[in-house]
Amino acid sequence: MAEFAWNKKDLLGLEYLTKEEIELILNTADSFKEVTTREIKKVPALRGKTVVNLFYEPSTRTRVSFELAAKRLSADVINIAAETSSVKKGETLIDTGKNIEALKADIIVMRHNYSGAAMMLARHLNISVVNAGDGWHEHPTQALLDMFTLKEKLGKLEGIKVSIVGDIAHSRVARSNIWGLTKLGAKVTVCAPKMLIPPGIEEMGASVTCDIEDALRDADAVNVLRMQFERDQNSAFPQQMEYFMKYGITEERLAKAKKNLIVMHPGPINRGIEMSSEVADCPQSVILEQVTNGIAVRMAVLFLVSQAREGKDEAAN
Amino acid sequence: MKLLIKNGRVIDPANNLDDVRDILIENSRISRVAKTINNGADKTIDAVGKIVMPGLVDMHVHLRQPGREDKETIASGTRAALKGGVTTLLAMPNTNPAIDSVENIRLLQDIVGKTAVANVVICAAITEGRLGKVLALIAKFRKESVAAISDDGSSVDSSAVFYKALRKARENKILVICHCEDKALSAAGVMNLGPVSTRLGLKGISSESEYKRVQRDIQLAEKAKASVHICHVSTAESVEIIAKAKKKGIKVTCETAPHYFSLTEEALLDYDTNKKINPPLRSRADMEAVKEGLARGIIDAIASDHAPHTISDKDIEFDRAEFGVTGLETELAAAITYLVLPGVLNWVELIKKLSWNPAKILGIDKGTLTPGRDADLIIVDPEKSWLVRKEDFISRSKNSAFIGANLKGVVEATILSGKIVYKQEIKG
Repeated sequence: MAEFAWNKKDLLGLEYLTKEEIELILNTADSFKEVTTREIKKVPALRGKTVVNLFYEPSTRTRVSFELAAKRLSADVINIAAETSSVKKGETLIDTGKNIEALKADIIVMRHNYSGAAMMLARHLNISVVNAGDGWHEHPTQALLDMFTLKEKLGKLEGIKVSIVGDIAHSRVARSNIWGLTKLGAKVTVCAPKMLIPPGIEEMGASVTCDIEDALRDADAVNVLRMQFERDQNSAFPQQMEYFMKYGITEERLAKAKKNLIVMHPGPINRGIEMSSEVADCPQSVILEQVTNGIAVRMAVLFLVSQAREGKDEAAN
Repeated sequence: MKLLIKNGRVIDPANNLDDVRDILIENSRISRVAKTINNGADKTIDAVGKIVMPGLVDMHVHLRQPGREDKETIASGTRAALKGGVTTLLAMPNTNPAIDSVENIRLLQDIVGKTAVANVVICAAITEGRLGKVLALIAKFRKESVAAISDDGSSVDSSAVFYKALRKARENKILVICHCEDKALSAAGVMNLGPVSTRLGLKGISSESEYKRVQRDIQLAEKAKASVHICHVSTAESVEIIAKAKKKGIKVTCETAPHYFSLTEEALLDYDTNKKINPPLRSRADMEAVKEGLARGIIDAIASDHAPHTISDKDIEFDRAEFGVTGLETELAAAITYLVLPGVLNWVELIKKLSWNPAKILGIDKGTLTPGRDADLIIVDPEKSWLVRKEDFISRSKNSAFIGANLKGVVEATILSGKIVYKQEIKG
């Protein structure tokens, strides 16, 4: 098979990638995963490059994962934790980005609380922008690591059935998973109380159900989202216990599903709210493998976007 | 000073005229409109192949002065108006200070008198500070030649206060212009609620937030026997509600803006903040309903809702960017391109909605070429196409939704009170 070339300087979302591009990331991640099992977990692929983690929202897991991924590629890494409030005080996002570009960084990995922030930044910069989550919009590397893990477990993505359960309306993880999985031929069902299903989600390619038993029945995998009860103080929002009773993933519910149903969670888990502690730790749970795979997937993304830029710089010379 | 415009296709809906005519202008007024005029004019313009029509009466413009002169001033906004063929505009009162008192009306009139290069008609606020709580002294506004009142940018949430305002407006024969939005329903939304907002992960503004308020405002107007004008109609339901009210004989008129008949929510797929508007760009079905509303005569007027914003208010995260687009310099061409060319409206109907109807709604002697009236007219090349470019705008702000679009129809000359006040630059 002829190697398919990557030519995008940014990774903004899975909506904007083709099936072939997603496959290329997953295949590249495959070879990087091998690196992470070596005694010396480092390759020189990004030696001399600088990766800036620009985080406008608190995040431990994603930031550490990107930092490790960059370091294992031998890049220099700078972490900037920008308080959302400081944006209001002064510097605009574009100015911040241009300053980082002027410091000759090569890649900005950005987490931002507003949807579309990564796309806006990418439009204004020549250096690469990798979206590490923007508002409710997309979290492409999370979906890629979910898909990578599923492929590892099931051998394929084509034709598999994945249910995503939780606050779909406010979930960038759900959106990226829907785009990515459906592009690779998987069937996606989203499941949540009606008020947490955003209008027209079907047009993105997902089926919708409000019944958890329905969602679990034929599924090969269930991806359980974190319920952010702290986000919405609205009284109409379901109470935590009510949610757990209706939608929580429990051993009883797993017993009625496919025997080898894979249980996933992007973390951090609210034990006893979206899934019971027993389920989180059960043999079908791949939650910690997702975390491990995240590094390989992010190595692949950083490597590919930096290559695209090199190609462009050469073409310009 | 006599000015003669010869051989143009003269369109004047007020007089049911659409034919080749000569127009003689004398002492700032239209003197004669006839098949052939061979009067010894001081200056003659040959308008063969051109459309000669009344200047636009744009009944929804934000000039930002006083308060945000970095976005627009009376001077820059009225210059932009002349380039767009707008000879008369209604200045909305959401400035700082708001135009909510005789004192502030006079402050604005003073700036207009000193700096405006087009006719500026004043719309004052309904409530003090546009806060929806305490009625402004509406009874005193008529004497200050205020044409209408509106809390535009906000709706008067309290039905009791709004009803009182309608009664006062009726007593004083002032039109009430309604910005219809229930902020409890649209709260914190930044674009139309639907599949596209879902895709983009942006908070949606429902259609209900508009049409339920349209319904309420019309019901209260009926009860108060007042005249209301619904501004920037964007949803299919609003069009239907207004159609029913008109059928019932309620005194309601309405307007829409060019972006609602030319763009849909899908224009936001790349998070272009220049298309972030309130009310938001809606669905395709809504856009079709607006066009149909124009064709059926439900929608009386087209106004720009010119809302200039600086780059620093727009070139930021979508959620944080201001709502609004500029429109004075593109509205005529957009209307020609998206309404006349596809056959939604013919020229006479179009000009009626751009000039004659808004003048009638505001009760001002504008929007026609009837002899005796002010000679406010424009000469338009209907065949010429142009690319909308950021750098060509005269307005202080460049936040147009049409940047990059190819529009048809160019204003070649704008004549205000008989004087040529704008001539299109011929680019080499």
